Amino acid sequence: MNSEPTLGRSTNTWRRPPSDWGFALLVVAGVAYAFLQTGATMDGYDRAILILAAPAFIALGWAWRPLRAFFAACAAIALLAINLYQGDGTRAESAFLLKYLIASQSAILWMSALYLLATASYWFGLLSRSGFATRAGSTLTWAATVMGSSGLLVRWHETYLKGAEVGHIPVSNLYEVFVLFALLTALIYLNYETRYRTRQLGAFVLLVITAAVAFLLWYTATRDAQIIQPLVPALQSWWMKLHVPANFVGYGAFAIAAMVGLARLLAQRGILATRLPVLPVLDDIMYRAIAVGFAFFTVATILGALWAAEAWGTYWQWDPKETWALIVWLNYAAWLHVRLNRQLRDSVLAWWAFVGLLITTFAFVGVNMFLSGLHSYGNL
Amino acid sequence: MRFAITLLVVIAIASAIGTVLRQNEPFNAYINEFGPFWFEVFRSLDLHAVYNAWWFLLILAFLVVSTGTCLVRHTPQMLRDMRSFREHAREASLRQFAQQAEWPSGLQADAVLASARERLSAAGFRFRESPQDGTTLIAGKRGSWNRWGYVLAHSAIVLICIGGLVDGNVPLKLAMLIGDKQPTRYGQLLDTIPAPSRLGPDNPSFRGNVFLPEGSRSNAAMLNYEDGMLLQELPFSLVLKRFTIDHYANGMPKRFVSDLIVVWPDGRQKEASIEVNKPLVVDGITLYQASFEDGGSRVDWRLRSLGPFVSSKTGSGRIGESAALSAGGQDFQVEYTGFKAINVENLDEAAEAPRSAFASLTDSAVSRRVDQAMQNVGPSFQYKLRDSAGQAREFLAYHLPVVRGGLPVALIGMRESPGEPFRFLRIPVDDGTTDAWYAFRATLMDPAKRPAIVKAFVAAASSEETSNALRQQLAISADQALKLFAERGYARLGEFIEKNIPEKDRDKAAEIFVRLLQGMAWEAWKLNRQNVTSSVPQDPARIAWLTTAMTSVSDAFHLGTPVVLEPTGFEEVRASVIQLTRSPGKPLVYLGSLLLVLGIFIMFYIHDQRLFLLVKPGADGCQVLFAMTAVRRTLDFESTFNRLTNELATATGSLIEINEPTPADCDTTAP
Repeated sequence: MNSEPTLGRSTNTWRRPPSDWGFALLVVAGVAYAFLQTGATMDGYDRAILILAAPAFIALGWAWRPLRAFFAACAAIALLAINLYQGDGTRAESAFLLKYLIASQSAILWMSALYLLATASYWFGLLSRSGFATRAGSTLTWAATVMGSSGLLVRWHETYLKGAEVGHIPVSNLYEVFVLFALLTALIYLNYETRYRTRQLGAFVLLVITAAVAFLLWYTATRDAQIIQPLVPALQSWWMKLHVPANFVGYGAFAIAAMVGLARLLAQRGILATRLPVLPVLDDIMYRAIAVGFAFFTVATILGALWAAEAWGTYWQWDPKETWALIVWLNYAAWLHVRLNRQLRDSVLAWWAFVGLLITTFAFVGVNMFLSGLHSYGNL
Repeated sequence: MRFAITLLVVIAIASAIGTVLRQNEPFNAYINEFGPFWFEVFRSLDLHAVYNAWWFLLILAFLVVSTGTCLVRHTPQMLRDMRSFREHAREASLRQFAQQAEWPSGLQADAVLASARERLSAAGFRFRESPQDGTTLIAGKRGSWNRWGYVLAHSAIVLICIGGLVDGNVPLKLAMLIGDKQPTRYGQLLDTIPAPSRLGPDNPSFRGNVFLPEGSRSNAAMLNYEDGMLLQELPFSLVLKRFTIDHYANGMPKRFVSDLIVVWPDGRQKEASIEVNKPLVVDGITLYQASFEDGGSRVDWRLRSLGPFVSSKTGSGRIGESAALSAGGQDFQVEYTGFKAINVENLDEAAEAPRSAFASLTDSAVSRRVDQAMQNVGPSFQYKLRDSAGQAREFLAYHLPVVRGGLPVALIGMRESPGEPFRFLRIPVDDGTTDAWYAFRATLMDPAKRPAIVKAFVAAASSEETSNALRQQLAISADQALKLFAERGYARLGEFIEKNIPEKDRDKAAEIFVRLLQGMAWEAWKLNRQNVTSSVPQDPARIAWLTTAMTSVSDAFHLGTPVVLEPTGFEEVRASVIQLTRSPGKPLVYLGSLLLVLGIFIMFYIHDQRLFLLVKPGADGCQVLFAMTAVRRTLDFESTFNRLTNELATATGSLIEINEPTPADCDTTAP
């Protein structure tokens, strides 16, 4: 699938089908509703972010149609949960639907279960060449992503139920960003699935998501990580709403590139080669993922530097997290240069993308585990 | 290109070194950890400050120079390329293209050209036509902006590096090299710092800290440099009116606020508050809430004896100071190291019990289980007692009792080195004070009172029928038990049993000793009171008190000190640490960042594509040759080519069916 329906640029923004405008109207209505509900408690920056979220969501929904139903499902579940809470956090333990389905932790457990099922389904489909199983894998991945995303939305509401002063966007600690990582990785992957019309890579990409889910479950079971805690002063800033999601688009895309790289390394050795897409397609997905990841990671790192300049007093101070972000950035910058070098290609690139995941993982979790610094918001 | 790749990888590896090895620590810390030999090696390579090391700066300089050279070399060619349509391409070269298609058309050349023009404009191509030997070539391009992406992104790197170097400590390094500045050691009075270690208020680039206790005033910041410091004079003074910490309901800190007054030499004043994430800019210097410390709080104490003497000495001291103290014939130095007005601790003993993983997993995010366990246990103070041999033990004492195991206890923590966790002694509290416990302990330990305790115990434990021999035997055992206990607590009793009693009888002997001690504990407690007569304690609270008291008397031997300071009062003085920066490179870095983002998005998402349409008039109609090329030949480009081919062929009246499948349309799985 390509976003260019005819010769490319001939799509006029204003000449769109009614369904596009209907969707846009719904997004605007949703943002307006959110603004009326919460606008009074926000500062100017937060309001600007909320307002600008509308065109961003509209653009996403226009560019990729399945997102519309996805947004609608997440919003419906979140609104239902908010309605069921009736402003009382303890109802998470008593209201049936909340307790077993759509309170944030329940929804996120469902997400975890569905991702595990999706992984199994994709692998079964890949190995047995069953189109039904890979289609089931896709559907399960969508379902998991709906549960996880609405879980995070509900959690956003729950932070306010815990206390008006506690309320914050749930991208502030390791638990929350692991969920975010799984969701964004899944969404980017699903987009490639439609774009390249292949479901064969789900088996590989979902392995990373499974690893994230396993970590999430361990972290929750041993550290009570899901229990909402208020924000430390350094995190109380609107920058968080931009910096963290941008970062995780980067991490998610890099993870996909690494797994596609792994698939390519196997395929070029003849392993699963007849079941996987042809090598040029794998190379193309890898490049596309790294391009998206690199662009967003650059933005995220710059946003982080701008925020650091306000919170820590300088835009760059070689804090371990900053330094490792730079290392990740340099790594993929090098990858992009390697790609232009015609003598070093393809399998070198695949190896490089795969090793890149180790570097990215270290920057994401390893720094928190082994190095200390200012950016210690999820201690292990 | 290879050079660029190598450079990027080398910078990445060099940066990683600095995260593995702790940076900018005092030199002694490295010597302790790695030994003098490796320290010299590290120092010669500046590994203690990698990011300011000459070799690291050299690599960055390389990056700037090589990126700059690339830019200068490639930009003019790129700009020429951008403008050019390459309308003089020859048919032979078009036939070399990977993407090309050819079809005969039944239309006349003019009609073909007209509909091609219309199609290409609609697709966003700009084009030029050039007639060549009776044929016509349409040369079109779109997305030429792509080349600007390269220029923007690469000049951004140069800008960011230069801005960063200006804001780093390169200017300071140069001042050191020229020789008129040198760092001095920490811990001097600010007024006595010599001129070579002072930097004037006009210094264009610096980052330093001001330590400001509440109510104090300062007009200079301290800059870390190597193993020492430099003093940065400021064009204004700062007065800290008040430093406030707000807390959340669960005790976590919510806000750190410094209420400041900025005072200029000409007498002007300005009041302002700064918070984390809310800095203040004064005269181009940015002020940040960096951290907070104790500003010299006063702590009052009572000296408590854990030795064979009684003390009623009281005193007080300020955090950061130290004073001589003599007690029980020994001389100590007391170092007041810290004070905290609020300590939020997890005191829920149930929360410490293991829970099943499932219970934890399914706990709601809104659960208050963890919060409820968190409680403010009030102020604490930390001090070191250094004996005449220079050995120091560090103590942590809480001002208020906390409830442990249902009993209010006073906590005293002790550790022998800063790296260890504190080990805690729990002293049971009676009527809000520890007086009873200290009196009880002194009585138990006092050899002169032992006969009386033993006598009272024997009397209470025997009845009229008890024989004299038995009473005597009981008295001897009781005396021995108490004597051993007074020497070193339960540990000494254990040693005695192990040495003197055959293995099979040890459990029984231990049980008897414990019973004897329990009985005598009651008698010792009664000895300090006149009106208690019962032979055994009745009140369960008293029994619990006695059990804990005996354990703590025994544990107190592990403190290894004859005295402790018991806090009795305090006056808190907070200090705020404010970071001041002047970073002239910041606009450059920010501009660079903007260009970098623009450049990267342009490079990735504006596709530079060129196409050529050669129309050759024939007998009845014409022959059309279509070719395309792009900077990035992705699958997207291939499908764009295929779609364009189809559309153009249809529009120009192709006589043959051109239906090349686009890669995205076909099944991408290998056959």
